[in-house]
Amino acid sequence: MKRILTLGALCLGVLSLPAWSQKTASQGIDEYRAMLQDGNPADLFEAKGEDLWKQRRGPKNATLEQCDLGKGPGVVKGVFVELPRYFADTRRVQDLESRLLTCMVTLQGFNGEEIAKTPFGRGEQNTLTALATWIAAESKNMRFNLPQGHQEERTFYELGKRMFFMRGGTHDFSCASCHGEEGKRIRLQDLPILTKNPGDGVGFAAWPAYRVSNGQMWGMQQRLNDCYRQQRFPYPGFGSDATVALSVYLGVNAKGAASVAPAIKR
Amino acid sequence: MTTPVLFSGRARAVGLALAVSGLSACTSGPTVAELDALTDAVVKASFRTEAQAKVERVTQTDETNRLCSQADASGKPLDEATAKAIEAANLKSIRWPSDGRFLGDWKQGEQIAQSGRGLTWTDGANTPNGGNCYNCHQMDPKEISYGTIGPSLLQYGKIRGVTDPNSEVSKPIVEYTWGKIWNSKAYNACSNMPRAGHMGILTEAQVRHIVALLLDPQSPVNK
Amino acid sequence: MADPMRIRAQASGDKATVRVLMSHEMESGQRRDANGKLVPAWHIAEVTAEHNGKVVMTAEWGPAVAKNPYLQFSVKGAKAGDKIAISWKDNRGDTRRDEATVS
Repeated sequence: MKRILTLGALCLGVLSLPAWSQKTASQGIDEYRAMLQDGNPADLFEAKGEDLWKQRRGPKNATLEQCDLGKGPGVVKGVFVELPRYFADTRRVQDLESRLLTCMVTLQGFNGEEIAKTPFGRGEQNTLTALATWIAAESKNMRFNLPQGHQEERTFYELGKRMFFMRGGTHDFSCASCHGEEGKRIRLQDLPILTKNPGDGVGFAAWPAYRVSNGQMWGMQQRLNDCYRQQRFPYPGFGSDATVALSVYLGVNAKGAASVAPAIKR
Repeated sequence: MTTPVLFSGRARAVGLALAVSGLSACTSGPTVAELDALTDAVVKASFRTEAQAKVERVTQTDETNRLCSQADASGKPLDEATAKAIEAANLKSIRWPSDGRFLGDWKQGEQIAQSGRGLTWTDGANTPNGGNCYNCHQMDPKEISYGTIGPSLLQYGKIRGVTDPNSEVSKPIVEYTWGKIWNSKAYNACSNMPRAGHMGILTEAQVRHIVALLLDPQSPVNK
Repeated sequence: MADPMRIRAQASGDKATVRVLMSHEMESGQRRDANGKLVPAWHIAEVTAEHNGKVVMTAEWGPAVAKNPYLQFSVKGAKAGDKIAISWKDNRGDTRRDEATVS
């Protein structure tokens, strides 16, 4: 109740201010954002994810505790800030979510194609989101350090760069249209520059995140998916090479930035 | 143990990636040309049509987009001749008002500028599209929720000395404004701005209203 | 039973600050789905907080409270080692109770 009353007061405050005191309105929005930091519902998804990692599930009735996310079977601490990376067993560069899906398939016997086709927010996609939230939390405040030692990893960086600047769709938008310059914003939403390290806890370092406006927990796959939707692009497949390559580009550029995931957003 | 195939396109793109890497194994990795070809393959394998968002939107982009994407990715801007050629081709594609009327109703223009609807895979095929204008530009000074990706359009007509949009002396500005909204790349080859008329985002009637929003002396933009 | 709450209670001076995150859809009953039908109200109706078994706070919540609500309050006289229990009941009769120790 207290939170809602205070939010209501803030909203009224913003609406009644004339345009010339715009800075005050923006400050009001900043205050609202600061208020959101305490009590992040992402904690609920984190707890769920940790349970799902340890729970026997799927046709094989197995846990995910042997899943190799890049630092050996079962190691979860520090893996988030080194993904995406190359995996020898699948001969693919994979991000967190596609790698979790691989483990759900190989260790637990789930149907990977079906889960990849399931829309976000439904069925086993919720499992992936909760798992990703917990894994990300296990690297909280650690600095991004994606490996580029394998040729595939370097190739995917170059692919990701081309994807980032690829103009398309009805509006000729590329990722760079919004994220290619310093200090820009879309409406009132600040846009981090993603062609280099945009700073701690920003851009690549801010997802998975809980979005208050729609009460949803989003992983990086969903964030990229929704960017493409608004760019008027066709639908990027879940865990597809295009999305993984983009993540490599963003993650390598963010080298040294501290991860704040799971974060909270408006 | 076989590699689990999560969806068919992926295996092909991976195979291509490895084959390409294999080709240049003796040197330092795939060449620029190989990377460009690989990008096309990955795009084709990764995206699918969803509702009205057809996959051709990325697999069949036009010359303008392909050349500008290349310039952006390589960090080497287009040379003057290529840029001018792109601008000329886009200029040629502009459809001027069928009835000769360049200005419509600024009030409707404001609504179109405020709307960001249309053409995504969650938009119905029959709902009118919006102009998305406030996402990038400032226009009506009363609207504080504006973006800064594009320049501010505050006092657009006033700054350009347009007191009567129907006069002969205003004609060049009026035409430029129509042209810029219809096809922004006619004046700047690799402009960040969408080509609202040319790409079928806005109708002739809608463009007319936006031109009025910017040039009508009664519009809040010019007050 | 519903998903667990996250409760953190921290003592400072003569009181403890309790922070609770609850997992609940909190449908207001005024929202319409994609077909235009009203989504029925489904939200927490009563919240009770106990300190070492004694009720120290009760709340009646309605449709204005947000999804996955966050509740923060302080308890006078609570010390490290004390038990805090939070329980809620929603308008469908579903309940949840979780406990935490004041740190």
